Amino acid sequence: MIARGRAHKYGDHVDTDAIIPARHLDTTDPAEMATHCMEDVDADFVSRAQAGDMIVAGKNFGCGSSREHAPIAIKAAGISCVIAAGFARIFYRNSFNIGLPIIEQADAAAAINDGDEVEVDLENGLIRDLTSGEEWAFAALTGPVAELIEVGGLVELTRRKLGAES
Amino acid sequence: MSTGMTITEKLLANAAGKDTVRPGEFVTCKLDVVMANDITAPIAIEQFYKMGGERVFDADKVVLVADHSTPNKDIRAAEIVKGMREFAREQELTHFLEAGCGGIEHIILPDMGLVLPGDVVIGADSHTCTYGALGAFSTGVGSSDAGAAMATGETWLRVPATLKFVIEGELNRWAGGKDIILYTIGQIGVDGALYGAMEFAGSTIEALPMAGRFTICNMVIEAGGKSGIIAPDEEVLEFVRDRAQRDFTCLAGDADADYEAVYEWSAADIEPQVSFPHLPENARGISEVGEIRIDQAVVGACTNGRLEDLRAAADVLEGRKVADGVRCIIIPGSQQIHLEATREGLVETFLEAGCLVSTPTCGPCLGGHMGVLAAGEKAVATTNRNFIGRMGHPESEVYLAGPPIAAASAVAGRICSPDELCAG
Ligand code: SF4
Repeated sequence: MIARGRAHKYGDHVDTDAIIPARHLDTTDPAEMATHCMEDVDADFVSRAQAGDMIVAGKNFGCGSSREHAPIAIKAAGISCVIAAGFARIFYRNSFNIGLPIIEQADAAAAINDGDEVEVDLENGLIRDLTSGEEWAFAALTGPVAELIEVGGLVELTRRKLGAES
Repeated sequence: MSTGMTITEKLLANAAGKDTVRPGEFVTCKLDVVMANDITAPIAIEQFYKMGGERVFDADKVVLVADHSTPNKDIRAAEIVKGMREFAREQELTHFLEAGCGGIEHIILPDMGLVLPGDVVIGADSHTCTYGALGAFSTGVGSSDAGAAMATGETWLRVPATLKFVIEGELNRWAGGKDIILYTIGQIGVDGALYGAMEFAGSTIEALPMAGRFTICNMVIEAGGKSGIIAPDEEVLEFVRDRAQRDFTCLAGDADADYEAVYEWSAADIEPQVSFPHLPENARGISEVGEIRIDQAVVGACTNGRLEDLRAAADVLEGRKVADGVRCIIIPGSQQIHLEATREGLVETFLEAGCLVSTPTCGPCLGGHMGVLAAGEKAVATTNRNFIGRMGHPESEVYLAGPPIAAASAVAGRICSPDELCAG
C-alpha cells in the first residue's frame, strides 16, 4: 500500500490524553472519536486533516493510557500512518491490533516539516518527503506484529485461532 | 552471556511453558487474569464477539471492573456499565465489580486476592503494572488484546529486558513509595524504561509496606516501562496469606541474571517529591518547589487510595482546617477501604478538617467527575499523571505528590511539606 498526504507535525511524548481526552471515551463509535482527535493540543487538527495525511512526531508517541480509542481516533480521522522517532508500547501494540500503520523512523520524524507532502510505501519500507525530496528506508516488521499485519489485525487473527480450535 | 534469568523472565517462561526465555523473544503466555474496565471493556466486548468469541476462557479469570465513571456520572456511563453487567451475566463471570461492591481496579484486584505471586496478568488499563508488587508479571494492553485474551486465555508478549533499581537506606520523614517512583522517573525520564521491566530492590524496598510497593509498580508505565516487579518476601506472603484462594508461586531472580542497566539510589537523597506539569518526569524535591498556590488537593487513585495513604493524610489533617478557597477531595480506593477508614475515624477527621470524602471512583484522576478543574486552576494530587487536561480543562495544572504533601498543601493553600505546618 502506498499512502500519500500532508504531514501534521508534533513534538515528543504526545500522550493519549492529548490524542483523545478522557471526557470523550464514552463511545465505541470511531467516527465520533475522530471528531475529538488531538483537540486539547491542536484544536484545528480535525478540520485540517485530509484522508491520507500523516502524523509525524518525536519520541514516545502515544504514552499514557491503554485506551485503544487513541489509535482508533487517529485512523478514523483519515490519517494513513504515524511516523515517529518512537512509540510507547501499549499504543504500538494497539495500533497494529486495529490496523493503523505506524513507523519508527527517527531521521524522517526529525526532518519532515509540518505541511510537507509525504509518500509512504509500506510494503517496501520507504518514506519520501516530496516537498524536500528526501528519502528514508524503514525496517520490515517481524514476529507476531508481522503476522498481525498480514492477516489484517487481531480480530481476524483470533478468529482464525478460535476457528482452528473448534 | 550468563544463563540466569530475572524474576520477570522466569514468570514469562513459566507461563509460556518454556525452560528459559531471553529479552526480545516473543512468547505466547497463558494468563491467570484478564481484566477490563468501564473505559476499555465496551470495545473489548465488541471485539470478543467480532473475533468469534462465544464463551470466555474461564469465568473466574475474566474480571470486569466499573470504576472510572462510578457511580455512573451520566446516561452514557450508565449505558456502558449496563452493557458490562449484561455481558458478565451472560458469561456468568464470577467477578463483575461495580459501585457498592468494588472500587478502583488496581486496588481491589490485589485486595480481593484475585492476583497472586507468580501470576501472569494482562489488563486493558495501563496501570495494570501495579501487581508487580506481588511478584506477578502484569502489564497493560488495549481493548482488542483484552477481548482476544478473554476468548483464548493467552496473549503474545515480547520478553522485556530488566532494568534494576537498587535503593538503600532509610527514607526521609514524609517520603514513601510515591516519592521513590517520582524520583526515579525524574532521573530516567518518561521514556527511560521504554519496553523494559523495572525491578526494585534494596533495603529501602525491603522495609517498605505493601501500599508503597503498589504505588511504585503502579507508576512504572510513567517511565515507559512494560512491567514493574519486586521479589516477593515475607511482607508479600503476609499480604496474600488470608486472601489467596488458589496456589501461588514466589519466584526469585538468579544471581547471575542479566540486567540491561542497574541504577542505585540512596534513600537519603529522596526528599518528598512533587512532579510539575505536564509530565511526571518533572519531579523536584519539596524544598525546591517554590510558591505554588492551589485550588484543589486530591488524595486517592490507584496510586495512593489505600488505607495507609488515607492514614498518612489524616495524620496531617487531624485538628487542622483546609485553607479557604481550597477543595480537598479524599477518595478511598475501595468500598472496603472506605468502611475501614470510617471505622478508624479517618472519615470523621477528614470531614472535620473541611475535606469532602467521595465514594470510591477514578473520578478526577482522569478528569471524569467528582472534582474536575476549570481553566487556570491548579491541583496537587496523589494521582499518577499530570498531562495537559488530565484533570479537566486543558489550561489547568496538576502537581503530583504523595499523601502527606497533598494533605499539608490543602491546609496551607500552597504546595508544602507537613513540616511547614508544624513550624507555622
Ligand atoms: S485511578 Fe486514575 S490512573 Fe488509576 S485506573 Fe483510575 S483513571 Fe486510571
